[in-house]
Amino acid sequence: MPVKVAPPAEREFTVQARSRGQVVFRRFIRNRTALVGSITLILLVLFAFVGGLLWHAGINPDYKTFEPPSAQHPFGTDQLGRDMLALIIRGTQFSLLIAVVVALLVTFIGVTLGAIAGYVGGAVDSLINRVVELMLILPAIVIVGVMAIRFQGSWIMVAVFLGLTTWMTLTRVIRGMVLSLREKEFVEAAKALGASTARIIFKHIVPNCADVIIVSATLLIAQAVLFEAALSFIGLGVRPPDTSLGLLINETQNYLPTANAWLFWITLLFIVLISLSVNFMGDGLRDALDPRANRVRA
Amino acid sequence: MVSYILRRILVSVVLLLVASFLCFLLVQALGDPIAEWAAGMRQRNPNGADAAIAAAYQRAGLDTPLLSRYWTWLTGFVTGNWGTTVNPGQTAVEVQPKIMHSLWITIRLVLTAELLAIALGAVVGVFSAVKRNSFWDYVLTAFSFLMFALPLFCVGVLLKIGGIQFNNLLQANGMDRWLVTAGYPPGGFTGSFGNQVVQYAGVYLLPTLCLMAISFALYSRYERASMLDVLGADYIRTAHAKGVSSKRVIWKHAFRNALIPLVTVGSLSIGAAFAGAIITETVFGWQGMGYILVQNVNRKEPYMILAFMMVTAVFIILFNLIADIAYTLLDPRIRLD
Amino acid sequence: MAASADVFQFGEQASSSGVALSVRDLSVEFPTEDGTVRAVRNISFDLHAGEVLGVVGESGSGKSVSSMALMGLLPKSAKITGSVKFGGNELIGLPEKQLRNVRGNGIAMIFQDPMTSLNPVYTVGWQLAEAYQAHHKANKKQAWNRALEVLEIVGIPQPDRRAKQYPFEFSGGMRQRVMIAMAVINDPTIIIADEPTTALDVTVQAQVLDTLRQLKDEFSAAIIMITHDLGVVTGIADRVQVMYAGTMVETGSVQSVFTRARMPYTVGLLSSIPRAETIGTRLTPIKGAPPSLINMPTGCPFSPRCPLSRADCLSVEPELVMVDEIGHLARCLHWDEVAATDPRLLFAAAAATDIDDVLPDLGIDPGLVTE
Repeated sequence: MPVKVAPPAEREFTVQARSRGQVVFRRFIRNRTALVGSITLILLVLFAFVGGLLWHAGINPDYKTFEPPSAQHPFGTDQLGRDMLALIIRGTQFSLLIAVVVALLVTFIGVTLGAIAGYVGGAVDSLINRVVELMLILPAIVIVGVMAIRFQGSWIMVAVFLGLTTWMTLTRVIRGMVLSLREKEFVEAAKALGASTARIIFKHIVPNCADVIIVSATLLIAQAVLFEAALSFIGLGVRPPDTSLGLLINETQNYLPTANAWLFWITLLFIVLISLSVNFMGDGLRDALDPRANRVRA
Repeated sequence: MVSYILRRILVSVVLLLVASFLCFLLVQALGDPIAEWAAGMRQRNPNGADAAIAAAYQRAGLDTPLLSRYWTWLTGFVTGNWGTTVNPGQTAVEVQPKIMHSLWITIRLVLTAELLAIALGAVVGVFSAVKRNSFWDYVLTAFSFLMFALPLFCVGVLLKIGGIQFNNLLQANGMDRWLVTAGYPPGGFTGSFGNQVVQYAGVYLLPTLCLMAISFALYSRYERASMLDVLGADYIRTAHAKGVSSKRVIWKHAFRNALIPLVTVGSLSIGAAFAGAIITETVFGWQGMGYILVQNVNRKEPYMILAFMMVTAVFIILFNLIADIAYTLLDPRIRLD
Repeated sequence: MAASADVFQFGEQASSSGVALSVRDLSVEFPTEDGTVRAVRNISFDLHAGEVLGVVGESGSGKSVSSMALMGLLPKSAKITGSVKFGGNELIGLPEKQLRNVRGNGIAMIFQDPMTSLNPVYTVGWQLAEAYQAHHKANKKQAWNRALEVLEIVGIPQPDRRAKQYPFEFSGGMRQRVMIAMAVINDPTIIIADEPTTALDVTVQAQVLDTLRQLKDEFSAAIIMITHDLGVVTGIADRVQVMYAGTMVETGSVQSVFTRARMPYTVGLLSSIPRAETIGTRLTPIKGAPPSLINMPTGCPFSPRCPLSRADCLSVEPELVMVDEIGHLARCLHWDEVAATDPRLLFAAAAATDIDDVLPDLGIDPGLVTE
């Protein structure tokens, strides 16, 4: 019986393929809160740095005290006669700068130590774990506070020590992830191909943790903003004559029952805006990178 | 179990020793606490100053090299002698009673707040996960986001103002002001037991709410995420397939498993809870650990700062141990070894 | 609809031998970001008491979703239509409370991955006892004893000691036996086994299948065995149902379907299995991939991959028609051609890059083939 051979039809009944980056980006954009958060953050950065360059007033007490908001002083002036807008710009600058430095430092230390501990194991792992435990029992607030006093409230020192005292959680998380990734076949394959330990860790394993790292870094920024504000509030962070959002809250909290309460509220508003926008962005990133499987349209 | 605890204690002692040395170095970095006073002395009394200054350094134990100073302090510390304040300009205050008194005040705050935060957070988290995307879930989510965005001290300040307004309301209605918004009563609580309870509540309510607020938000989010994870697990599907009621699946099957990561998070945030207590006390004007810290860092008092750090460290270690034991009770897969 | 008419005929004749489950036009849809996924489309069949029905298909063919649908175990977003009659009651749309009475009781389910199907923080005995207490008024002792009973039945040694252990202390095969124990503890009428042996070693597989066979006889329960492994089907099933793209494409007795397959997809499945005779020759897979369940094209969903595909195959989806013998149905317009073709050759040509390469392997002179 002759065999009738018909070539399979060319029709493809599939949905259009997309690259992972595109998928993640699309999911992120779809998320309204993440989008709003990101835009707010971008505006805040512009406000702090571009606005700082353009605004005429400095943070010196050059003006009349307690001026209500006006064209000259959109946020009024405070009890020392400083322009509130300039103070807030300055405070926002510090918050953002310190937060970014902290996030970078913590990510760097956390990923490196965590990956090495998780992958190499043995004595190195034990040592790193002991260091983590040690750092965890020392109160960060004291260390940063002491160093801040020592260096007279220099913002970079505050940032550096904040970073040096908060890398432990990320290290543990990364270590955990690396421990499980280490057993996967692609690591065996890389080893079989002769890759060095460093190469395996940093070119193969760490990129697989990228999701966690990105999300962590974003949330660290939010945490750092609040931590710095808290330190400055209790007087162990940025100090006068410089300013910080936390310091401003401390200075203005007493005016809440008075007519000058707006000084407090405007500062609070900015703190909330910064951390909310970073939080929303971080949450959006987390959802975009790893949505739950049972996320269907309701 | 017992051998595990003993081993942990041993390791902890070693850690504390290393930590104590690091703390000592840190305090060194702070600088000379007597320098300012000494400069003032020299100005006022250029001739006779040196003797007095030398005596001051000696009394403070600051005249010997670093390592011997450390040793002296360490041996003293473990035998209960925690030193005194060193600033010659003021009467010396014994470190130990001061720290212990303020610790007592703070620890009650921290424990109450943390326990309430975990309990409420866990329950609310479960409801949030089960009734996902419902109205209450959104309300709680919004509340949580706000709490994450507000720094603790802002929450404290807002609560303080709220408390003052509440008191005004009480007063306007002929009642006594109840909530205490500034200062911890130095004499403690007086009167009958009932009275004391009311006073206690009035003093502790706002600060506890303050300290709890952010932790509660964190734990409820964590529990919610953990529950959502667990609810998607195969064994939950099995439980449903067995014909077990939804309520039982949630509270007996899912909750037990979802609680495990929460305990981890809880134990890790004891340190944060202490830090939070410091800030809360500052807002409400309590003279607890926080006040001690700020005052003494500014004055560069070495022995106070050292005692502060060591006490905090011991507590963190203790709570971590308790959490680890709780962890094994919850999860039979974890064996302590 | 004509499809159900065909099945209805077959169902009528069989009802006298005791129908345990009657499914008509079962469909399941999921709304997703990219569109509506039609996971199950118009499935109809009858399951008789004591019968073992094998349901085979690739991943995504809808075999698991259809069973989860009748137990009500799908997420709330799933849209389920059709009818599933069990013991005279309609299960689709039944309120949760009543559905719960059926689950684990009248109809029990065994899932694929034994490693994750048991709650890690409770003992095995506790979990079994719970299954019993969910449907019987029994105190702890009684339920525990029942648990020990079923553990023994499924062949777990030292049940009194093992029942006090936690799932992580059991191996994969043992855990699956515990799952089977959980399924039979309430004497079910129907057991649905969703790929119960897929996650296990071959030797353990055989043991688990033996246990199931033994239990089927002891409890006279009907079994729906969902699997992608044709070997498992021949080992235990009486009837088989082949699923593709969310619908049944062939069904009948195992004997009839496996020796006289009439739907090209079934033929493809059967010929893709490596066998002793084919050592040294190329394997013949079915080229291509299953269609998207969101954008289902018109016509037979298998046509893009089918060597016998014609113009009429692309225009309308075929109905299930009786082929060969009573009870054997296939969804193909050209099933008679399939009957006339050597099954080994059907997919061989498509699998080869050059047809002239493969024919000599099969001992056929290339000159005999016409275009």
